[in-house]
Parts: sequence; C-alpha cells; structure tokens
Amino acid sequence: MYAQMVKSTGDAVKSREDMSDDERHFQDKVDANIKVEPRDWMPDDYRKTLIRQIGQHAHSEIVGQLPEGNWITRAPTLERKAILLAKVQDEAGHGLYLYCAAETLGVTRDELTEKLLSGRMKYSSIFNYPTLTWADMGAVGWLVDGAAIMNQVPLQRTSYGPYSRAMVRICKEESFHQRQGYAIMMKMAQGSPAQRKMAQDALNRMWYPSLMMFGPSDKDSVHSAQSMAWKIKINTNDELRQKFVNETVPQAEYLGLTIPDENLKFNEETGNYDFSQPDWDEFFEVLKGNGPCNTDRLNARRKAWDDGAWVREGLLAHAEKRAAAKVAAE
Amino acid sequence: MAQVDQKALLEFVLRQGDNTLVLGHRVSEWCGHAPVLEEDIALANTALDLIGQTQMWLGLAAEIEGEGHSADDMAYLRDAWDFRNLLLVELPNGDFGRTILRQFLFDAFSAIYLPLLTKSADPRVAEIAAKATKEVAYHLERSAQTVVGLGDGSEESHARMQEALDYLWPYVGEMFASDSVDQAMAEAGIGPDPAGLRAEYDALIGRVLSEATLRIPEDSFAHKGGRNGYMHTEHLGHLLTQMQWLQRAYPGCEW
Ligand SMILES: [Fe+2]
Ligand SMILES: [Fe+2]
Repeated sequence: MYAQMVKSTGDAVKSREDMSDDERHFQDKVDANIKVEPRDWMPDDYRKTLIRQIGQHAHSEIVGQLPEGNWITRAPTLERKAILLAKVQDEAGHGLYLYCAAETLGVTRDELTEKLLSGRMKYSSIFNYPTLTWADMGAVGWLVDGAAIMNQVPLQRTSYGPYSRAMVRICKEESFHQRQGYAIMMKMAQGSPAQRKMAQDALNRMWYPSLMMFGPSDKDSVHSAQSMAWKIKINTNDELRQKFVNETVPQAEYLGLTIPDENLKFNEETGNYDFSQPDWDEFFEVLKGNGPCNTDRLNARRKAWDDGAWVREGLLAHAEKRAAAKVAAE
Repeated sequence: MAQVDQKALLEFVLRQGDNTLVLGHRVSEWCGHAPVLEEDIALANTALDLIGQTQMWLGLAAEIEGEGHSADDMAYLRDAWDFRNLLLVELPNGDFGRTILRQFLFDAFSAIYLPLLTKSADPRVAEIAAKATKEVAYHLERSAQTVVGLGDGSEESHARMQEALDYLWPYVGEMFASDSVDQAMAEAGIGPDPAGLRAEYDALIGRVLSEATLRIPEDSFAHKGGRNGYMHTEHLGHLLTQMQWLQRAYPGCEW
C-alpha cells in the first residue's frame, strides 16, 4: 500500500492485565471507536508507528507525482493534459494533508522530508516502476489509485482523528483518479491496434507491481497485529489484495484485456478469484533500492529540494524583514 | 461585424490561444519539481487555468478558420511557423525565479488587456475574456507577491531575480509591438491596440518591481517575431516535439 510494512512495537499485543491504566483507558477508547486527538494521551509506540505510517503515506503521494508527471508534457489532447495535471495536483494536495496530520504528532514536514531524501524513510514500491507509454497513465489511475482506494476507504475509520479526516478528504478525490485512469484504458482498448497493444502492455507491466502495493502477507505479523489493535490498520494485506483482484478482474474483462496470470480463476467455493502471488523477491529488491526507478525518483526529489533551497530561504528572509518592519513601526 | 477581416481575426485569436497554450505547457513542466509543495500546487493551478483558456481560444480559432478542425488540431497539428505566441512564453523555464518573474510579466499584461477584451464587439471574444479575467487577477496577485518576496528576500534570491529580469526584459517589448492585425481589431472594436497599453503596464510592473527592489534594465531593445510568426526562438520546436509527439506518431487516434 502507500504505507507498506510499517513497523510497530515488534512485540505481541499486550493483554489488558499487562497494560498500565493509561494504556487500558486508551485501548478502551479505540475499541469504542472514539477518535484519538492530538492532545490526548497516547502510547509512545502508537505515536511513533503513526508517524512512520502517515509519513510514508505522504511521501508516496509526493514521489507518486513523478511517474505521472512524466507524461503531462506529452498528453495527447488538451483535455487529457488538464485532467492529468489536475490529478497529479491532487496528489500533491494529499501529501500536504498528510504532512499536516503527521505534524500534529510532533514531527515537522521538513524533518520528514529530510528522512525521505536521506533514504531513512520509504515510499510505496509502486512508484519505482517506469511509465513508458500513454496507456500507463490509464493503468496507473485504474490499478494504482484503485489499489490505494482499497486501503484508504477503511482508513477513514482509523483511530487517529487528524489521519481519519485527511483520509476522508483524500477518498473524495481518489475515485475521480481511478475513473480518469479507466477512461484512458477504455479509449486505448477500443482504439487502434497500436493503442490496444499499449493498453495490454501497460497491464502486463503494472499488474504484479499493483498486487505488491498491499505488501506481503501479514496475517502472522506482530507489527500488523498491534496496528490492527490500535485501528491504524483495518484489514490484513491479503484481505485487501483479494478484494482488489475480485473487483479488477471483471473490469479488465470489460476492457477486453488479459490479466497476465495463467492461474487466475474464479473459485466457486470461496466466491473469490484465485490468483498468482507477485514475485516477492522482486518486491524486496525494490524496497532495498533496486527497483527500476528508485535512483531516478529520489534524485528528482533531491534536486527539487536542493534547487528550491534559495526560494525557501528567500521567502523566509522576506517574511522576517516584513515582521521586523512591522515591529519597528509599532 | 460582417466586414471584419476573418484572416486578421484568426491571427488575433491565435495570438491569445498560443500564448496560453505555450505558457501553460511551460508551467506544467514544473509539476512534481517545485521548491515547496504549496508552489507545486499553485503552479499546477496556473497551468490548469491557462490550458482551460487555451481550449476556449483555440476552439474559437478553429471555428473562425472554418475547416472543420478542433482546438486539439490547432494545438497538436500546426508547425512552429504557424504559432503566434510571444517569444517570452516559449523561453525555457530556467530556475523558479525566472519562471515566476515571466509569469508576473505576462500576468501583468493580461490583467490589463483581458478586461478590455470583455467589451469586445465579438461576443465570443468577450465571453472568453470574461472567464479568463477572474483567473488572471488571481494569477497576478500571486506572481506579484512571490516576485516581491524573492526580490526583497535574501541576498541570493535578490541576485537571482535581478538576473531573471535582465534575461527576460528584452522579451517584454514584443507584447506592445502591434501591427496591421491589431489595427484591424481596434478598428472593428474587437480588441484594443496593445501599443496603447504600455504606459499602464509600465506603471503596474514598476510598482511591483520597485517593491521587489529590482532594477529595470535601461536598454529598451525588444526581440520580436513570435506574435507574427516571423521568427520564433529555437526553443519552440523542442517544446512542440514533446507536446505533439503522440498526435504525430499515431495520427487520427482517439485518446
Ligand atoms: Fe493520492
Ligand atoms: Fe490518487
């Protein structure tokens, strides 16, 4: 997902007897679906885990601008260009909401940015894959935003108030993102032979990386169990992945495109599609920095940050001059 | 209205639409690479407005041309010599300072010119101008504020903004280099002759640039050749290579 393999305490979830009074009171509140607000008492590890999760999510929105930004100047019509630009602009806005939510936990946007740029914080593996044809703009909206929605819709109910409210705003925009992607795929799939080929090729390349977005199976993970107890994670990775496959397969059929999985088959017994797992070795390589675009993506973000330093400093200096002049005048 | 020279009218409308098209494209190049998140969002907003205005202007141009073309055909299937935008807007972005200063120099002109076009004898022109006027007022407010912030900011930001102004200044004069097209439009009541707007323009940018502690270069030389299509810069061809590539490589497709 946009936040993958977020580490929690690393310990098993505490039993009620082992909890302190504060912890028990906190857990009761979470269990009763009462939102935790910035000033409320919260376990240290809850705060730390949330900072990691929200920060990673925010970074994903920001780095996620790059693969789609790659096609803005080549968009084939004025309307497509405007839609894509609006979509990528939304993602920057999502990053902003999420950094603001993280700031309520006592970390600054600059601190988080510094951690991203130094490689100490991650962003979603999916954005380390290249966008090679215009059909990729379709596939990204359809599959990547589609997968993001699977995760973000339940997160609207997450226990931390500012995070939950950010998710509500984000989800409103995500369905437009997915629809514009699907609309591009539709045009391509119904278009010329070359367009159809681009559409199928995009699906071939994006399918397994999209499944990886949910992260490896975490049904036995202690990190995941703690995050679920705190309601900062609502479903297991496998549940969300299955839901995504179930919803996406009929959409691919409607497009007349073939999902690159020979084992894909509807299972009458379970009511789910059986499908092949992605190559998890590849996933871990991407996380380590060995995906096709890791270096380029980080370098692009570093360059934007470094090249922009004088702008940030200049505007700050101006604001300070203004403030000083105001004081002097009073 | 009947006696308006349609060729001149087409030229006039293309000048508007090509400016917004090319500048919108340039600004959109920043997407994902701006100095700070808020600027990334603001630049995308500006680009979006400009693309929206382009759709209207080039749609009207296609209508006037009367050969069954669409706004997209006008944007994606004309060659460099057909373009009628100012040289200013096709220049490469440079650093953020140059981008925002160019935006300001263009916004200042639009903020004076477009309100006058809302009184155009051609209601189609008046309607587009009315929609664009509101957007441009906001663009100007924002770009002027940023120019002041950076011009009167740190030593480095000041130096960079002065360098940007020195670089861009020779491209300002073309906005006012009017010709027979502008005269025909003025006579038909479609739009004012831009040459007559120079004093107001100079006053507006003079106020902002002096607040920004920037010095307007003394040399008043002006590069020309964009708005009449006589001689663009080398940069336009590269911009079109990117912008038009899909339409050229896969002609006749729907996207
Ligand atoms: Fe997003
Ligand atoms: Fe999205």
